[in-house]
Amino acid sequence: MSEFLMLSLVPMLVGILAAVICALLGNFLVLRRQSLVGDAVSHVALPGIVAAFLLTGTIAAVPMMLGAAASAIVTVALIELVRRVGRIEPGAAMGVVFTAVFALGVLVLEQSDTSTVHLDVEHALYGNLESLIWFAGATGPSALVDPAALGELPPQLGRLAVVLVVVAAFLAAAWKELFIGTFDPGFARAIGARPGLVGMALVVLVAVAAVAAFDAVGSIIVIAMFICPAAAARLMTDRLAPQLAWSVGFAVASAIVGYVAAGYGPLWLGFADSVSAAGMIATVSGLILAVACLAAPRRHGNKPQAA
Amino acid sequence: MDLFLSALLLQAGYNTAVVSIGAALLGAGAGAIGSFVLLRKRSLVSDAVSHATLPGLALAFILMALVTGDGRHLVGLLVGAAASAGLGLVAVEWVARRTRLPEDAAIGAVLSVFFGLGIVLLTVIQSLDTGRQAGIAAYLVGSTAGMLKSEAETIAVASFLVALAVFVLRRPFVLVAFDPEYAAARGIDVRRTDLAMMGLMLAVTVIGLKVAGLVLIVALTIIPPVAARFWTNRPEPMVVIAAAIGAFSGYAGAAISSTGPGLPTGSVIVLVAFAVFLASLVVSPQRGAAAMAFAQLAFRRRVHARQGLLALAHGEPIYDGLTLRVLRRAGYIRRDGVATLAGRAAAAAASREEAIWSLYRRLNPVDAANADHQGLVPLEEALPPDVVADLERRLRGETGLTAAEAAR
Repeated sequence: MSEFLMLSLVPMLVGILAAVICALLGNFLVLRRQSLVGDAVSHVALPGIVAAFLLTGTIAAVPMMLGAAASAIVTVALIELVRRVGRIEPGAAMGVVFTAVFALGVLVLEQSDTSTVHLDVEHALYGNLESLIWFAGATGPSALVDPAALGELPPQLGRLAVVLVVVAAFLAAAWKELFIGTFDPGFARAIGARPGLVGMALVVLVAVAAVAAFDAVGSIIVIAMFICPAAAARLMTDRLAPQLAWSVGFAVASAIVGYVAAGYGPLWLGFADSVSAAGMIATVSGLILAVACLAAPRRHGNKPQAA
Repeated sequence: MDLFLSALLLQAGYNTAVVSIGAALLGAGAGAIGSFVLLRKRSLVSDAVSHATLPGLALAFILMALVTGDGRHLVGLLVGAAASAGLGLVAVEWVARRTRLPEDAAIGAVLSVFFGLGIVLLTVIQSLDTGRQAGIAAYLVGSTAGMLKSEAETIAVASFLVALAVFVLRRPFVLVAFDPEYAAARGIDVRRTDLAMMGLMLAVTVIGLKVAGLVLIVALTIIPPVAARFWTNRPEPMVVIAAAIGAFSGYAGAAISSTGPGLPTGSVIVLVAFAVFLASLVVSPQRGAAAMAFAQLAFRRRVHARQGLLALAHGEPIYDGLTLRVLRRAGYIRRDGVATLAGRAAAAAASREEAIWSLYRRLNPVDAANADHQGLVPLEEALPPDVVADLERRLRGETGLTAAEAAR
């Protein structure tokens, strides 16, 4: 029990929180055909973090998050600029911008002397959930009610909890505008629901969520969590609120099953080492989506079926 | 700098030369096939494909490590990568076709899930303890440092074959990219052509893994075609230009990267390509931002000149600063705002054209609504000569309007 508290409780909670935050926002990305915004935003978190490190010289969390969020917003603005000025289709504009920004980040990272700090491409891509150890948890269940022990919880947990509250508050406050803007932007504009502003706020929140989750779980799993639970939920129902509920359920299931499979699965199979939890969570979310594609009740929607 | 020049001129040793040429061929192949993928509006499918290579790569490494003790055999790794990338491609197609999910969601899902699985397998490799897993990390962001001669040659030959295949298949590709229905009517199997297109893109992606890395190889299939699009409106030249830009980026990138440590090949190649893209975006004469801004400015001047001349003709005062400047520069008015002789003549001509246009609009409202910029191009260029002559005759009253026409 104390081993579980020390080694597994925090990573599991962080995984669940990150998955739920991303899944909630992902519903709107999938419905708005902006799934790949999550992709672009999480790729450019690395350059933002590198820039923040070079400017401040520390790897404190706040400058890192600000740097990554700024880089995400700059990237989204650049994509829009390239699309308008060059009259290029959105997908290609996105591909041009985010790969260039990512390339710049990798180059700067290699050029600057960051070998002394824990900042590298692999870490940025697939995070390190397993390193979130709660040493105070070793004393057993009593630590759960001990304020001093709780104070030693890894800061990622608190950050993600705050982001979850912010995201939930945004969804509650802007529900009607989001709803209309997602399904009928023209109508939303006509009745003054400000679809552009709400869309921008959504992208900013996606960036914030990506950055907060990125630190703990890496950018690839962030993309998986933005898309897979929401896409699977989309195949379950035609209504938005139930879809959100399904996506949260899928996200939690992916996080728990993925973490357990990564941490204990290999041991049960007789191997000595565990495998990447972040990768396994992404894999499980993909399996859920695959099952949904094959069997979910609304998988075809109203799309006419080719024979 | 000397090092860079000698690398650029193929003087920095046989290995660097082979790698540079290989990267150039790779860039050319990627640019060429990427052009068709861009025209088919499926650029980001290659993003899914490139990320989907990781599990195959890792699995091939594990298998080869278990069988031979060393997993770093390039061809074996590439075969594994191609297999899983192909699976990813099929998955994207299947999800987008058979479920209600849009293609972008399918791309994102495949990309992240395959990559996640690949990471799981990478951690398995780490625990295998073969001591030679370092080779696999080079595939994430690309590295030509320490690339074997045989590997560089393999990449060069394979890239050349892809470029050749693109050349052979260019006609069906163009037809399918622009008008799938017409292509089908011409007897082209659209599905198989698409499959060939995506297959070649997959091949480029897999070949380029070692050079550019799997996160950045997608840039090689997107950025050169987008840059090329600025320079032409026709598909064949676009493919050639994209291939040239890709080749230049690959060549210069590999050469720069070989000059020192801390210059990852993939990043440098992508940034060179991006620089070419930025230059194209700004200076291209047809679609560039500078040319657009210039055309916009010229258009504004024409509108102001026209309105100014009409105001002169009607004897109305002009207050607008730009209008005054335009008229003054053309010599139509003096500094104090009084019309010159040339100005009066031009004003009279503009006024006459305006009268003809208004008659034309009355007689042919539908045609007139379809004509662009009435009054901004000379009348003789906008309308056929016989129509102009007829309108002038009517205006002078020689034939006069019929009673019905006058009533309208």
